[in-house]
Amino acid sequence: MKAKVELHNIGMKYQSPNGEINALENINLTVYDREFVCIVGPSGCGKSTLLSIMSGLLPPTSGYLLLNGEKITGTSKKIGYMLQKDHLFGWRTILENVLLGLEIQKAITPETKARAAELLKTYGLYEFRNKYPNQLSGGMRQRAALIRTLMTDPEILLLDEAFSALDYQTRLAVTEDIYGIIKQENKTAILVTHDIAEAISMANRVICLSKRPGTIKNIYEINLTCTKRTPLSSREAPEFRHYFQSIWKELDIHV
Amino acid sequence: MFKYYPQDADKNIPETPISPEHMRYLKKIRREKIIIRLTQLIILFLAFALWEIFARLRIVDPFITSQPSRIIQTMGNLYREGVLFQHIGVTCLETVIGFLLGTIIGVIAAITLWWSKFLSEVMEPYLVILNSLPKIALGPVFIVWIGAGPVAIIVMTLAISLIVTILEVLSGFLSVDQEKIKLVQIFGGSRFQVLTKVLLPASFPNIINALKVNVGLSWVGVIVGEFLVSKAGLGYLIVYGGQVFKLDLVMTSVVILGMAAAIMYQGVVYLERFLLRKNQRGF
Repeated sequence: MKAKVELHNIGMKYQSPNGEINALENINLTVYDREFVCIVGPSGCGKSTLLSIMSGLLPPTSGYLLLNGEKITGTSKKIGYMLQKDHLFGWRTILENVLLGLEIQKAITPETKARAAELLKTYGLYEFRNKYPNQLSGGMRQRAALIRTLMTDPEILLLDEAFSALDYQTRLAVTEDIYGIIKQENKTAILVTHDIAEAISMANRVICLSKRPGTIKNIYEINLTCTKRTPLSSREAPEFRHYFQSIWKELDIHV
Repeated sequence: MFKYYPQDADKNIPETPISPEHMRYLKKIRREKIIIRLTQLIILFLAFALWEIFARLRIVDPFITSQPSRIIQTMGNLYREGVLFQHIGVTCLETVIGFLLGTIIGVIAAITLWWSKFLSEVMEPYLVILNSLPKIALGPVFIVWIGAGPVAIIVMTLAISLIVTILEVLSGFLSVDQEKIKLVQIFGGSRFQVLTKVLLPASFPNIINALKVNVGLSWVGVIVGEFLVSKAGLGYLIVYGGQVFKLDLVMTSVVILGMAAAIMYQGVVYLERFLLRKNQRGF
């Protein structure tokens, strides 16, 4: 398998007047092409920081990372990022929202517009293209946010608790939805979540981070026996709860 | 003035034929609206009628209080002398110029302060002091520096409205969700793109709000300015009328001022609705 993203000894220290916060320490990880990796860990362990570093927005204080063998030094068109909330702009229609990235990169052409229309059609939002975000349901909004991310054709998708703002039932449906889209578009995905079940249901590998300073505690290869793997069918696989048990113990959460 | 606009009340209502209950409901709201408007008009009418009656019966002294019939007469006189619209025009023009300049300079200044964190931190104590200083105190300074005339009046207006505009727009910028800014940055957006794609459209309601506050403040600035220097305008008429004890003239000017200010405020409200419809939803 081809290595897509490589993290080498990534460390992150935040400076503040009250002292130094050691958020991440010595993270080494390779994510392969078309892999779906989930990162779980106790809250405040630096999961989101790790994702920000991978996006190129936040330079790490130590270590370096490679994308397709080249060093990442800033934001890149090859990396797409999905935030916790959809953050569709209320003053733009769905189509205008979807075109945001291209507009910023000054890449709006008849071809890219046609691609936007095509993606909207494929994922059932074409009729809503001239509606405003507050006229859409939470699930549809999240789908629109994913299309916005896909429009710039990134090779890797970073998902930062991308589903946690939704209510539980919508969340299961949207997870199914988005997982399907990511697989269909052949993207590599890295999802940060605090939901162990969600992580197992989507991932090829689950990375467990320790408490702060975050380090990789353990990596679980997820192998489930089910005919066609989707997040929902994964939850019915017999191995599912074993993984759940071990990761739960691994995270060692005391209230 | 204090109308409540439900944000998405009609969003989820399917289009079905109107039921009798709904019809009754609609009728009820319409009737309530009419009653409110009617009561408002009655209060206005009663106030003026009582004023007139009390003055005629000499319960109050019309030399001190003036009276509606005299106000109408004074308006007529001013009109016949050909100066009525001149005075109104001068004041309105000064207000509009002060208002527009205050808004434009205020927004630009707010953008500058957002752009440079260093500058905004350096400026902070000055802004606080300027904001709390009664700007009217600067009036004589402006007259000496700029000279007695419309320019001094406009500068007075700016002094009153500018700081408030800057602070209101800046607070709008700072309350924009950081994640929305992050989103633009992830796509490789520059600082200028963050400004045009997110900050300005997102703080649109704040800017409109600043406009509304500004209308009122511009009137204050212009009238104070006219008190101090002018040779024409409604503020001038008020001061002149007071000095020669022609209360009719004073009251007439105040009534005209009230109408002009109300019309201008309503203009901003219409502008807001127009822009909101263009810039639709989601706020």
